[in-house]
Amino acid sequence: MFVYADNAATTAMSPVAIQTMERALESMYGNPSSLHQKGREANLAMIDARRAMAERLGAEERELYFTGCGTEADNWAIRSAARLGAEKGKRHLITTAIEHHAVLHTMAALEREGYEVTYLPVSPEGLVTAEQVAAAIREDTCLVSVMYANNEIGTIMPIPAIGKVCRERGVLFHTDAVQAAAHLPINVVEQDIDMLSLSGHKFHGPKGTGALYCRKGIRLAPFIEGGAQERGKRAGTEALPAILAMSAAFCEACDHMEENMARVTALRDKLIEGLRTIPKCRLNGHPTQRLPGNVSFCFEGIEGESLLLRLDMAGICASSGSACTSGSLDPSHVLLALGLPHEIAHGSLRLSLCEYNTEEEVDYMLQQVPQVVATLREMSPVWYKMTH
Amino acid sequence: MAMEYSEKVMEHFAHPHNVGVIEDADAVGEVGNAKCGDIMRMYLKIENDVIVDVKFQTFGCASAIATSSIATDMIKGKPVSEALALTNQAVVEALDGLPAVKVHCSVLAEQAVKAALADYYRKQGREVDFCDCDTCEGGCCGHE
Ligand SMILES: Cc1ncc(COP(=O)(O)O)c(C=O)c1O
Repeated sequence: MFVYADNAATTAMSPVAIQTMERALESMYGNPSSLHQKGREANLAMIDARRAMAERLGAEERELYFTGCGTEADNWAIRSAARLGAEKGKRHLITTAIEHHAVLHTMAALEREGYEVTYLPVSPEGLVTAEQVAAAIREDTCLVSVMYANNEIGTIMPIPAIGKVCRERGVLFHTDAVQAAAHLPINVVEQDIDMLSLSGHKFHGPKGTGALYCRKGIRLAPFIEGGAQERGKRAGTEALPAILAMSAAFCEACDHMEENMARVTALRDKLIEGLRTIPKCRLNGHPTQRLPGNVSFCFEGIEGESLLLRLDMAGICASSGSACTSGSLDPSHVLLALGLPHEIAHGSLRLSLCEYNTEEEVDYMLQQVPQVVATLREMSPVWYKMTH
Repeated sequence: MAMEYSEKVMEHFAHPHNVGVIEDADAVGEVGNAKCGDIMRMYLKIENDVIVDVKFQTFGCASAIATSSIATDMIKGKPVSEALALTNQAVVEALDGLPAVKVHCSVLAEQAVKAALADYYRKQGREVDFCDCDTCEGGCCGHE
């Protein structure tokens, strides 16, 4: 059996997105900036795609900017807020310890440029609170950036409460919603979100697509200089087929959100309940405030890369936050921020589901994962000492 | 970034040789630590200075398991003096290469063999001049 359970890394494109992209590749070759009919046709399609996505976020069409990926949207939002802040002498930013590197490394770059960054610690379940954010805001704070949901452990942050605090205190609020967009209900107006990043390949759209929502009135700094594309802020002829496909995938997922959430959450909970019966394991992340598709565990006495590759041999595609899978000496910063010791964080496994997964696949994983864990434990000196 | 392991590495990882414990081992050596993500423990049965049996237990990634497996193959049935000459390069070659970031696993395998042999030497009252005991005490072996 083959099971793709790494949907937090990337997803398969949906048939609708593939069809949309194929059609656009074949016939929608005009440049949206051209005045002739092929150009106008392309431009109209792009307007529709933008409007459809904006609507589903509670935003206006002109508040949505297409980017080349989620990382770019994160970089752009944070850099813009930092620049706006610096103009007013505000050089302090707030974020969390468990952000994606797209945010963390941008923050680190700003620190090297003289900005100050507060990294809020998280609870053992991976949460930050609005109170923590409120307490960290200073006179010179120019941005709060808190991810909507974490990619490794699935914890969903209290975004509306954090948005409210930021709005009351007059501080810009950005959220990296790459894991949440098209999976969870988002309304940028109701949730007081000023800027939001999303990425097409996390919801069955194509790779190399993303978008940044930026509330009107907030001045985005030009990110790529050149032509007039994306309101003159991000120049370069648009990747129209990819943009149309992202929009199609986004709309499809948003329009079926309720049923997808119910279905995927049920699969997730079945998987979690089953894996919980493995001795000496730990569910990472929040038990209920978590992404519908996220299952994250640590198994004591074994190492994540071995686990991953043994599962791969059994046809299961998963991921891990162990040092060996990250190519560094330390396990994932997210697992360490939860307070897990290194030796336990090394034994992490993430299975991330989507609406294409089936109950049979979950049953198969429930049969394979415990076996692989047991086999690796049989050869582990750490497990031997724990049990002898 | 996905890493490429040789077929030989995957073969030893999927079906490692000499896994287990020797209850009445003549020598035991352990290197690495759990914090770094890899520990190797080797058990030796030695008769007349010949390694008649060897078993290992490893906590670690695929290459840590594969290097343990092949290193135990390489010393099984060999005189102690030959086992002492085992180098990490020989382990890497026997596995048809390791990704650069995984070479430390082969170092760990060499050190595990040496740590076990040092244990044997000490028990025999012989002088140990081949083992850097910092590593046996559980430093982050081979991690630069
Ligand atoms: C939370 C989060 N932010 C940002 C990114 C980066 O998105 P992209 O791969 O589109 O650059 C990812 C995914 O890799 C993510 O999970």
